[in-house]
Amino acid sequence: MTDKNRKKKYMLLSALSLLVFLLIWELVTDVLHIFSNLTLASPIQVVETFFYKLNHTAPDGGTIQAHMWASLKVALSGYALSLIVGIPLGIFMAWYRPVDFLARPIFDFVKAIPGLAWAPLMIVLMGIGFTSKAVTIFISGMVPCVLNAYSGIKQTKDVHLWVARTFGATRMQMLFKVAIPTALPMIMTGARVALGACWMSIVAAELIASSEGLGYMIQQCRGIFRPDVIIVGMLCIGALGSLITWLIGQVEKKIVKGRNHDA
Amino acid sequence: MMDEKRKTMISCESVDKTFTTKTTTNHVVNKFNLEVKENEFVVLFGPGQCGKTTVLNLMAGLETPTEGRIIVNDKEVKGPDPERGFVYQTLALFPWYTVMQNVEYGLRMKGIKKAERREKAKYYIDLVGLGGFEDSFPNQLSGGMQQRVGIARAYCNEPVVLFMDEPFGHLDAQTRYLMQDEIVKIWEKEKRTVVFVTNNIEEAVFLADRVVVLTNCPTTVKCEYVIDLPRPRSYTDPKFLALRSEIQSVVDKTL
Repeated sequence: MTDKNRKKKYMLLSALSLLVFLLIWELVTDVLHIFSNLTLASPIQVVETFFYKLNHTAPDGGTIQAHMWASLKVALSGYALSLIVGIPLGIFMAWYRPVDFLARPIFDFVKAIPGLAWAPLMIVLMGIGFTSKAVTIFISGMVPCVLNAYSGIKQTKDVHLWVARTFGATRMQMLFKVAIPTALPMIMTGARVALGACWMSIVAAELIASSEGLGYMIQQCRGIFRPDVIIVGMLCIGALGSLITWLIGQVEKKIVKGRNHDA
Repeated sequence: MMDEKRKTMISCESVDKTFTTKTTTNHVVNKFNLEVKENEFVVLFGPGQCGKTTVLNLMAGLETPTEGRIIVNDKEVKGPDPERGFVYQTLALFPWYTVMQNVEYGLRMKGIKKAERREKAKYYIDLVGLGGFEDSFPNQLSGGMQQRVGIARAYCNEPVVLFMDEPFGHLDAQTRYLMQDEIVKIWEKEKRTVVFVTNNIEEAVFLADRVVVLTNCPTTVKCEYVIDLPRPRSYTDPKFLALRSEIQSVVDKTL
Protein backbone atom coordinates (compact mmCIF):
# COMPACT_ATOMS: atom_id res chain seq x y z
CA MET A 1 0.00 0.00 0.00
CA THR A 2 1.36 3.42 -0.83
CA ASP A 3 1.75 6.17 1.74
CA LYS A 4 -1.00 8.19 0.11
CA ASN A 5 -3.48 5.34 0.31
CA ARG A 6 -2.56 4.68 3.92
CA LYS A 7 -3.13 8.33 4.74
CA LYS A 8 -6.50 8.22 3.05
CA LYS A 9 -7.45 5.15 5.05
CA TYR A 10 -6.59 6.79 8.35
CA MET A 11 -8.45 9.97 7.39
CA LEU A 12 -11.47 7.82 6.61
CA LEU A 13 -11.21 6.09 9.98
CA SER A 14 -11.00 9.41 11.79
CA ALA A 15 -13.98 10.76 9.88
CA LEU A 16 -15.87 7.59 10.71
CA SER A 17 -15.36 7.93 14.47
CA LEU A 18 -16.60 11.51 14.32
CA LEU A 19 -19.61 10.46 12.30
CA VAL A 20 -20.50 7.65 14.71
CA PHE A 21 -20.22 10.07 17.61
CA LEU A 22 -22.59 12.53 15.94
CA LEU A 23 -25.01 9.75 15.03
CA ILE A 24 -25.21 8.45 18.61
CA TRP A 25 -25.67 12.00 19.84
CA GLU A 26 -28.49 12.56 17.37
CA LEU A 27 -29.99 9.18 18.28
CA VAL A 28 -30.20 9.82 22.02
CA THR A 29 -31.68 13.29 21.53
CA ASP A 30 -33.91 13.92 18.51
CA VAL A 31 -34.67 10.29 17.67
CA LEU A 32 -35.06 8.36 20.93
CA HIS A 33 -35.62 11.34 23.24
CA ILE A 34 -33.55 9.76 26.02
CA PHE A 35 -32.50 13.31 26.91
CA SER A 36 -34.97 16.13 26.62
CA ASN A 37 -33.86 19.21 24.72
CA LEU A 38 -33.81 21.08 28.02
CA THR A 39 -30.91 18.92 29.24
CA LEU A 40 -29.04 17.97 26.09
CA ALA A 41 -29.41 19.67 22.72
CA SER A 42 -29.18 17.63 19.53
CA PRO A 43 -26.35 18.26 17.05
CA ILE A 44 -28.81 19.69 14.51
CA GLN A 45 -30.15 22.08 17.12
CA VAL A 46 -26.60 23.12 17.98
CA VAL A 47 -25.84 23.99 14.37
CA GLU A 48 -29.08 25.96 14.10
CA THR A 49 -28.34 27.83 17.33
CA PHE A 50 -24.84 28.65 16.12
CA PHE A 51 -26.16 30.36 13.00
CA TYR A 52 -28.90 32.03 15.03
CA LYS A 53 -26.39 33.39 17.51
CA LEU A 54 -24.36 34.97 14.71
CA ASN A 55 -26.87 37.82 14.50
CA HIS A 56 -29.08 37.52 17.58
CA THR A 57 -28.23 38.65 21.10
CA ALA A 58 -30.93 36.56 22.84
CA PRO A 59 -30.93 34.90 25.31
CA ASP A 60 -27.73 36.15 26.94
CA GLY A 61 -27.31 39.70 25.66
CA GLY A 62 -24.68 39.32 22.97
CA THR A 63 -23.97 37.73 19.60
CA ILE A 64 -21.50 34.87 19.48
CA GLN A 65 -18.91 37.12 17.79
CA ALA A 66 -19.26 39.72 20.54
CA HIS A 67 -18.64 37.07 23.19
CA MET A 68 -15.71 35.62 21.31
CA TRP A 69 -14.15 39.03 20.89
CA ALA A 70 -14.69 39.84 24.57
CA SER A 71 -12.99 36.63 25.67
CA LEU A 72 -10.16 36.93 23.15
CA LYS A 73 -9.48 40.54 24.06
CA VAL A 74 -9.05 39.76 27.75
CA ALA A 75 -7.16 36.51 27.20
CA LEU A 76 -4.72 37.95 24.68
CA SER A 77 -4.09 41.12 26.70
CA GLY A 78 -3.31 39.10 29.81
CA TYR A 79 -1.26 36.70 27.72
CA ALA A 80 0.77 39.44 26.07
CA LEU A 81 1.51 40.93 29.46
CA SER A 82 2.60 37.55 30.82
CA LEU A 83 5.04 37.14 27.90
CA ILE A 84 6.42 40.66 28.27
CA VAL A 85 6.99 40.26 32.00
CA GLY A 86 7.50 36.51 32.39
CA ILE A 87 10.10 35.76 29.73
CA PRO A 88 12.58 38.53 30.64
CA LEU A 89 12.04 37.80 34.33
CA GLY A 90 12.88 34.13 33.81
CA ILE A 91 15.92 35.01 31.70
CA PHE A 92 17.32 37.50 34.19
CA MET A 93 16.62 35.24 37.15
CA ALA A 94 18.65 32.51 35.49
CA TRP A 95 21.48 34.77 34.30
CA TYR A 96 21.98 37.14 37.25
CA ARG A 97 22.09 35.59 40.69
CA PRO A 98 21.03 38.75 42.55
CA VAL A 99 17.87 38.93 40.43
CA ASP A 100 17.22 35.30 41.28
CA PHE A 101 17.51 35.98 45.00
CA LEU A 102 15.38 39.12 44.71
CA ALA A 103 12.56 37.66 42.69
CA ARG A 104 12.51 34.04 43.81
CA PRO A 105 10.70 34.31 47.17
CA ILE A 106 7.84 36.25 45.62
CA PHE A 107 7.76 34.13 42.52
CA ASP A 108 7.75 30.84 44.46
CA PHE A 109 4.84 32.16 46.48
CA VAL A 110 2.90 33.22 43.38
CA LYS A 111 3.72 29.93 41.65
CA ALA A 112 2.18 27.90 44.46
CA ILE A 113 -1.21 29.57 44.04
CA PRO A 114 -3.32 28.50 41.05
CA GLY A 115 -3.85 31.50 38.78
CA LEU A 116 -7.61 31.29 39.16
CA ALA A 117 -7.44 31.65 42.93
CA TRP A 118 -6.44 35.24 42.27
CA ALA A 119 -9.73 35.98 40.51
CA PRO A 120 -11.92 36.69 43.58
CA LEU A 121 -9.31 39.06 45.04
CA MET A 122 -8.88 40.84 41.73
CA ILE A 123 -12.63 41.20 41.34
CA VAL A 124 -12.89 42.71 44.81
CA LEU A 125 -9.99 45.02 43.98
CA MET A 126 -10.92 46.03 40.45
CA GLY A 127 -14.49 45.05 39.79
CA ILE A 128 -15.75 42.54 37.24
CA GLY A 129 -14.50 44.43 34.20
CA PHE A 130 -11.58 43.96 31.86
CA THR A 131 -8.74 44.72 34.28
CA SER A 132 -9.46 42.18 36.99
CA LYS A 133 -9.71 39.36 34.49
CA ALA A 134 -6.67 40.48 32.50
CA VAL A 135 -4.58 40.54 35.69
CA THR A 136 -5.80 37.05 36.66
CA ILE A 137 -4.91 35.77 33.18
CA PHE A 138 -1.55 37.51 33.40
CA ILE A 139 -0.68 35.69 36.61
CA SER A 140 -1.76 32.31 35.19
CA GLY A 141 0.34 32.83 32.06
CA MET A 142 3.38 34.34 33.71
CA VAL A 143 4.29 31.28 35.78
CA PRO A 144 5.03 28.91 32.86
CA CYS A 145 6.81 31.72 31.00
CA VAL A 146 9.19 32.33 33.89
CA LEU A 147 9.76 28.65 34.65
CA ASN A 148 10.55 27.70 31.06
CA ALA A 149 12.72 30.72 30.30
CA TYR A 150 14.62 30.02 33.52
CA SER A 151 15.34 26.38 32.81
CA GLY A 152 16.07 27.20 29.16
CA ILE A 153 18.82 29.62 30.14
CA LYS A 154 20.15 27.10 32.66
CA GLN A 155 20.60 24.60 29.82
CA THR A 156 23.28 26.78 28.22
CA LYS A 157 26.31 24.59 27.59
CA ASP A 158 29.61 25.63 29.11
CA VAL A 159 31.40 24.73 25.91
CA HIS A 160 29.27 27.23 23.97
CA LEU A 161 30.14 29.93 26.49
CA TRP A 162 33.84 29.02 26.13
CA VAL A 163 33.59 29.30 22.37
CA ALA A 164 32.05 32.74 22.72
CA ARG A 165 34.71 33.73 25.24
CA THR A 166 37.61 32.56 23.10
CA PHE A 167 36.13 34.64 20.30
CA GLY A 168 36.10 37.64 22.58
CA ALA A 169 32.40 37.92 23.42
CA THR A 170 31.38 40.17 26.28
CA ARG A 171 29.12 38.93 29.08
CA MET A 172 26.21 40.74 27.42
CA GLN A 173 26.95 39.08 24.05
CA MET A 174 27.10 35.71 25.79
CA LEU A 175 23.61 36.31 27.14
CA PHE A 176 22.10 37.47 23.87
CA LYS A 177 24.10 35.38 21.41
CA VAL A 178 24.50 32.14 23.37
CA ALA A 179 22.21 31.77 26.36
CA ILE A 180 19.02 33.17 24.85
CA PRO A 181 19.35 31.22 21.57
CA THR A 182 19.92 28.09 23.69
CA ALA A 183 16.81 28.86 25.69
CA LEU A 184 14.64 29.76 22.72
CA PRO A 185 12.96 26.36 22.25
CA MET A 186 12.14 26.24 25.96
CA ILE A 187 10.95 29.84 25.89
CA MET A 188 8.62 28.96 23.03
CA THR A 189 7.34 25.92 24.95
CA GLY A 190 6.66 28.23 27.88
CA ALA A 191 4.79 30.59 25.59
CA ARG A 192 2.68 27.72 24.31
CA VAL A 193 1.91 26.35 27.78
CA ALA A 194 1.10 29.87 28.97
CA LEU A 195 -1.33 30.34 26.12
CA GLY A 196 -3.20 27.20 27.16
CA ALA A 197 -3.22 28.33 30.77
CA CYS A 198 -4.52 31.77 29.79
CA TRP A 199 -7.32 30.39 27.66
CA MET A 200 -8.42 28.00 30.42
CA SER A 201 -8.34 30.81 32.95
CA ILE A 202 -10.33 33.27 30.87
CA VAL A 203 -13.26 30.92 30.58
CA ALA A 204 -13.09 30.02 34.25
CA ALA A 205 -12.76 33.67 35.25
CA GLU A 206 -15.80 34.53 33.18
CA LEU A 207 -17.73 31.75 34.86
CA ILE A 208 -17.04 33.32 38.24
CA ALA A 209 -17.97 36.88 37.43
CA SER A 210 -18.40 38.68 34.17
CA SER A 211 -20.82 40.57 31.98
CA GLU A 212 -19.67 39.29 28.61
CA GLY A 213 -17.54 36.59 27.02
CA LEU A 214 -17.94 32.93 26.13
CA GLY A 215 -17.66 31.78 29.74
CA TYR A 216 -20.32 34.29 30.71
CA MET A 217 -22.56 33.10 27.88
CA ILE A 218 -22.50 29.43 28.88
CA GLN A 219 -22.90 30.32 32.53
CA GLN A 220 -26.02 32.41 31.76
CA CYS A 221 -27.55 29.67 29.64
CA ARG A 222 -27.06 27.11 32.38
CA GLY A 223 -29.53 29.14 34.46
CA ILE A 224 -32.15 29.23 31.73
CA PHE A 225 -31.80 25.63 30.50
CA ARG A 226 -30.37 26.35 27.06
CA PRO A 227 -27.99 23.41 26.49
CA ASP A 228 -27.83 24.28 22.79
CA VAL A 229 -26.20 27.65 23.53
CA ILE A 230 -23.95 26.05 26.13
CA ILE A 231 -22.68 23.54 23.57
CA VAL A 232 -22.22 26.24 20.95
CA GLY A 233 -20.17 28.15 23.53
CA MET A 234 -18.09 25.09 24.36
CA LEU A 235 -17.39 24.39 20.71
CA CYS A 236 -16.36 28.01 20.13
CA ILE A 237 -14.03 27.88 23.13
CA GLY A 238 -12.44 24.72 21.77
CA ALA A 239 -12.16 26.03 18.23
CA LEU A 240 -10.64 29.36 19.23
CA GLY A 241 -8.26 27.64 21.61
CA SER A 242 -7.08 25.27 18.89
CA LEU A 243 -6.72 28.12 16.43
CA ILE A 244 -4.46 30.24 18.61
CA THR A 245 -2.44 27.20 19.69
CA TRP A 246 -1.91 26.39 16.02
CA LEU A 247 -0.89 29.96 15.30
CA ILE A 248 1.74 29.98 18.02
CA GLY A 249 2.96 26.61 16.74
CA GLN A 250 3.56 28.25 13.36
CA VAL A 251 5.47 31.10 14.99
CA GLU A 252 7.54 28.55 16.92
CA LYS A 253 8.47 26.72 13.72
CA LYS A 254 9.67 29.98 12.20
CA ILE A 255 11.75 30.99 15.20
CA VAL A 256 13.30 27.74 16.36
CA LYS A 257 15.57 26.86 13.46
CA GLY A 258 18.15 24.08 13.39
CA ARG A 259 16.65 22.19 16.25
CA ASN A 260 13.69 20.47 14.74
CA HIS A 261 14.01 16.80 15.58
CA ASP A 262 12.99 15.53 12.17
CA ALA A 263 15.79 17.35 10.35
CA MET B 1 63.06 19.19 11.48
CA MET B 2 63.43 21.45 14.49
CA ASP B 3 64.55 24.80 13.25
CA GLU B 4 65.94 26.67 16.23
CA LYS B 5 65.61 30.01 14.44
CA ARG B 6 61.86 29.72 14.46
CA LYS B 7 60.03 31.92 16.90
CA THR B 8 58.81 30.39 20.16
CA MET B 9 55.02 30.71 20.04
CA ILE B 10 54.06 29.05 23.32
CA SER B 11 56.09 28.64 26.43
CA CYS B 12 54.81 27.12 29.64
CA GLU B 13 57.04 27.96 32.59
CA SER B 14 56.69 25.52 35.52
CA VAL B 15 52.92 25.66 35.40
CA ASP B 16 51.01 24.18 38.33
CA LYS B 17 47.28 23.72 38.60
CA THR B 18 45.37 22.58 41.65
CA PHE B 19 41.59 22.52 41.77
CA THR B 20 40.27 23.17 45.25
CA THR B 21 36.75 22.77 46.49
CA LYS B 22 35.59 23.07 50.10
CA THR B 23 36.37 19.43 50.80
CA THR B 24 38.95 18.35 48.23
CA THR B 25 42.13 19.50 46.57
CA ASN B 26 43.05 17.98 43.26
CA HIS B 27 46.57 18.52 42.00
CA VAL B 28 46.24 18.09 38.24
CA VAL B 29 49.24 19.77 36.61
CA ASN B 30 52.69 19.58 38.16
CA LYS B 31 55.58 21.89 37.16
CA PHE B 32 54.74 21.67 33.51
CA ASN B 33 57.31 23.04 31.05
CA LEU B 34 56.85 23.17 27.31
CA GLU B 35 58.02 25.24 24.37
CA VAL B 36 56.29 25.21 21.04
CA LYS B 37 57.84 26.80 17.94
CA GLU B 38 55.96 28.72 15.30
CA ASN B 39 54.01 26.47 12.91
CA GLU B 40 54.93 23.38 14.86
CA PHE B 41 52.37 20.59 15.21
CA VAL B 42 52.74 19.32 18.76
CA VAL B 43 50.69 16.44 20.09
CA LEU B 44 50.21 16.03 23.82
CA PHE B 45 49.84 12.33 24.40
CA GLY B 46 49.07 10.77 27.74
CA PRO B 47 46.96 8.26 29.58
CA GLY B 48 43.26 8.94 30.08
CA GLN B 49 42.29 11.40 32.82
CA CYS B 50 45.91 12.57 33.19
CA GLY B 51 45.14 16.26 32.83
CA LYS B 52 45.85 16.82 29.13
CA THR B 53 42.70 18.85 28.68
CA THR B 54 43.52 20.97 31.72
CA VAL B 55 46.95 21.76 30.22
CA LEU B 56 45.25 22.83 27.02
CA ASN B 57 42.64 24.91 28.86
CA LEU B 58 45.44 26.64 30.74
CA MET B 59 47.22 27.52 27.50
CA ALA B 60 43.97 28.75 26.00
CA GLY B 61 43.25 30.85 29.08
CA LEU B 62 40.04 29.05 29.98
CA GLU B 63 41.70 28.15 33.30
CA THR B 64 44.22 30.15 35.33
CA PRO B 65 47.41 28.45 36.54
CA THR B 66 47.83 28.15 40.31
CA GLU B 67 51.54 28.76 39.81
CA GLY B 68 53.87 29.50 36.94
CA ARG B 69 52.99 31.34 33.77
CA ILE B 70 52.24 30.75 30.13
CA ILE B 71 53.44 33.00 27.33
CA VAL B 72 51.74 32.80 23.95
CA ASN B 73 52.97 35.00 21.11
CA ASP B 74 55.03 37.11 23.54
CA LYS B 75 52.06 37.84 25.78
CA GLU B 76 51.24 36.27 29.11
CA VAL B 77 47.96 34.36 29.01
CA LYS B 78 45.42 36.11 31.23
CA GLY B 79 42.18 34.81 29.78
CA PRO B 80 40.69 33.63 26.50
CA ASP B 81 41.74 35.60 23.46
CA PRO B 82 40.65 35.47 19.81
CA GLU B 83 44.28 34.95 18.75
CA ARG B 84 44.10 31.51 20.34
CA GLY B 85 41.65 29.26 18.53
CA PHE B 86 40.13 26.18 20.13
CA VAL B 87 38.58 23.05 18.63
CA TYR B 88 36.63 21.23 21.28
CA GLN B 89 36.20 17.57 22.10
CA THR B 90 32.44 17.74 22.25
CA LEU B 91 30.30 19.10 19.49
CA ALA B 92 30.55 22.75 20.27
CA LEU B 93 28.82 24.26 17.25
CA PHE B 94 25.95 26.61 17.88
CA PRO B 95 22.91 24.57 16.83
CA TRP B 96 20.88 27.71 16.05
CA TYR B 97 23.38 28.88 13.43
CA THR B 98 24.01 27.51 9.96
CA VAL B 99 27.46 26.26 8.96
CA MET B 100 28.23 29.66 7.48
CA GLN B 101 27.07 31.54 10.57
CA ASN B 102 29.09 29.24 12.82
CA VAL B 103 32.27 29.67 10.81
CA GLU B 104 32.00 33.45 10.55
CA TYR B 105 31.12 33.81 14.24
CA GLY B 106 34.57 34.94 15.37
CA LEU B 107 34.82 37.53 12.60
CA ARG B 108 31.38 38.81 13.49
CA MET B 109 32.47 39.22 17.10
CA LYS B 110 35.38 41.30 15.80
CA GLY B 111 32.90 43.49 13.94
CA ILE B 112 34.06 42.63 10.43
CA LYS B 113 31.68 43.55 7.63
CA LYS B 114 29.39 40.91 6.24
CA ALA B 115 30.76 40.71 2.70
CA GLU B 116 34.33 40.38 3.90
CA ARG B 117 33.64 37.79 6.57
CA ARG B 118 31.43 35.76 4.23
CA GLU B 119 34.24 35.59 1.71
CA LYS B 120 36.75 34.47 4.30
CA ALA B 121 34.36 31.97 5.87
CA LYS B 122 33.60 30.55 2.44
CA TYR B 123 37.33 29.98 1.88
CA TYR B 124 37.66 27.96 5.09
CA ILE B 125 34.43 26.05 4.52
CA ASP B 126 35.83 25.00 1.16
CA LEU B 127 39.18 24.22 2.77
CA VAL B 128 37.62 21.67 5.13
CA GLY B 129 35.65 20.21 2.23
CA LEU B 130 32.18 21.43 3.15
CA GLY B 131 31.45 23.58 0.12
CA GLY B 132 27.72 23.37 -0.60
CA PHE B 133 26.77 22.90 3.07
CA GLU B 134 26.93 26.59 4.01
CA ASP B 135 23.24 26.83 4.79
CA SER B 136 22.88 23.51 6.61
CA PHE B 137 22.29 23.42 10.32
CA PRO B 138 24.66 21.34 12.49
CA ASN B 139 22.00 18.75 13.29
CA GLN B 140 21.79 17.96 9.58
CA LEU B 141 25.49 17.01 9.45
CA SER B 142 27.36 13.89 10.54
CA GLY B 143 29.78 13.99 13.46
CA GLY B 144 32.81 14.19 11.16
CA MET B 145 31.28 17.04 9.18
CA GLN B 146 30.42 18.90 12.37
CA GLN B 147 34.00 18.62 13.54
CA ARG B 148 35.16 19.98 10.17
CA VAL B 149 32.95 23.00 10.80
CA GLY B 150 34.57 23.32 14.22
CA ILE B 151 38.00 23.35 12.58
CA ALA B 152 36.90 25.87 9.96
CA ARG B 153 35.44 28.07 12.68
CA ALA B 154 38.71 28.06 14.63
CA TYR B 155 40.76 28.71 11.47
CA CYS B 156 38.50 31.43 10.12
CA ASN B 157 39.25 33.69 13.05
CA GLU B 158 42.91 33.55 11.94
CA PRO B 159 44.39 32.71 15.31
CA VAL B 160 48.16 32.51 15.79
CA VAL B 161 47.85 29.22 17.66
CA LEU B 162 45.26 26.48 17.48
CA PHE B 163 44.39 24.18 20.35
CA MET B 164 42.61 20.95 19.57
CA ASP B 165 41.23 18.89 22.41
CA GLU B 166 40.68 15.33 21.15
CA PRO B 167 38.64 16.69 18.27
CA PHE B 168 38.14 13.23 16.76
CA GLY B 169 37.56 11.43 20.07
CA HIS B 170 33.90 10.70 19.51
CA LEU B 171 34.11 9.81 15.81
CA ASP B 172 33.95 6.25 14.54
CA ALA B 173 37.23 4.61 13.52
CA GLN B 174 36.84 5.08 9.76
CA THR B 175 35.86 8.74 10.01
CA ARG B 176 38.70 9.25 12.43
CA TYR B 177 41.31 8.03 9.90
CA LEU B 178 39.75 10.25 7.29
CA MET B 179 39.83 13.29 9.55
CA GLN B 180 43.45 12.66 10.58
CA ASP B 181 44.37 12.67 6.92
CA GLU B 182 42.29 15.77 6.38
CA ILE B 183 43.72 17.78 9.27
CA VAL B 184 47.26 17.19 8.00
CA LYS B 185 46.26 18.41 4.54
CA ILE B 186 44.55 21.48 5.98
CA TRP B 187 47.51 22.22 8.20
CA GLU B 188 50.01 21.84 5.34
CA LYS B 189 47.98 24.28 3.27
CA GLU B 190 47.38 26.73 6.13
CA LYS B 191 50.32 26.42 8.51
CA ARG B 192 49.56 27.28 12.10
CA THR B 193 51.04 26.48 15.48
CA VAL B 194 48.94 23.56 16.68
CA VAL B 195 48.75 21.88 20.06
CA PHE B 196 46.68 18.74 19.71
CA VAL B 197 45.60 16.54 22.61
CA THR B 198 44.88 12.86 22.16
CA ASN B 199 44.98 9.56 23.99
CA ASN B 200 45.34 7.67 20.71
CA ILE B 201 48.96 6.72 20.02
CA GLU B 202 48.42 6.10 16.32
CA GLU B 203 46.83 9.51 15.91
CA ALA B 204 49.73 11.13 17.78
CA VAL B 205 52.42 9.60 15.58
CA PHE B 206 50.44 10.23 12.41
CA LEU B 207 49.94 13.93 13.04
CA ALA B 208 52.81 15.26 15.08
CA ASP B 209 56.06 17.03 14.39
CA ARG B 210 56.72 16.28 18.02
CA VAL B 211 54.91 14.01 20.45
CA VAL B 212 55.04 15.12 24.06
CA VAL B 213 54.28 12.24 26.39
CA LEU B 214 52.62 13.22 29.65
CA THR B 215 52.69 11.35 32.96
CA ASN B 216 49.73 10.31 35.03
CA CYS B 217 47.96 12.91 37.15
CA PRO B 218 49.37 15.25 38.45
CA THR B 219 50.73 15.50 34.98
CA THR B 220 54.02 16.78 33.68
CA VAL B 221 56.18 16.11 30.63
CA LYS B 222 57.58 12.60 30.73
CA CYS B 223 59.52 12.62 27.47
CA GLU B 224 59.37 13.88 23.91
CA TYR B 225 59.74 12.32 20.49
CA VAL B 226 60.47 14.22 17.32
CA ILE B 227 58.63 12.50 14.52
CA ASP B 228 60.58 13.18 11.35
CA LEU B 229 58.73 10.80 9.07
CA PRO B 230 57.73 12.47 5.79
CA ARG B 231 54.05 13.27 5.26
CA PRO B 232 51.68 11.82 4.23
CA ARG B 233 52.54 9.08 6.66
CA SER B 234 51.43 5.50 6.46
CA TYR B 235 50.02 3.70 9.48
CA THR B 236 51.75 0.52 8.36
CA ASP B 237 55.21 1.92 7.56
CA PRO B 238 57.76 -0.09 9.68
CA LYS B 239 59.31 3.15 11.01
CA PHE B 240 55.86 4.36 11.99
CA LEU B 241 55.14 1.10 13.80
CA ALA B 242 58.52 1.14 15.55
CA LEU B 243 57.91 4.66 16.88
CA ARG B 244 54.43 3.74 17.85
CA SER B 245 55.47 0.78 19.97
CA GLU B 246 58.37 2.68 21.48
CA ILE B 247 56.12 5.50 22.66
CA GLN B 248 53.49 3.04 23.78
CA SER B 249 56.04 1.33 25.99
CA VAL B 250 56.90 4.48 27.95
CA VAL B 251 53.42 5.81 28.57
CA ASP B 252 51.96 5.33 32.06
CA LYS B 253 49.16 2.87 32.45
CA THR B 254 45.87 3.89 33.96
CA LEU B 255 43.44 1.61 35.70
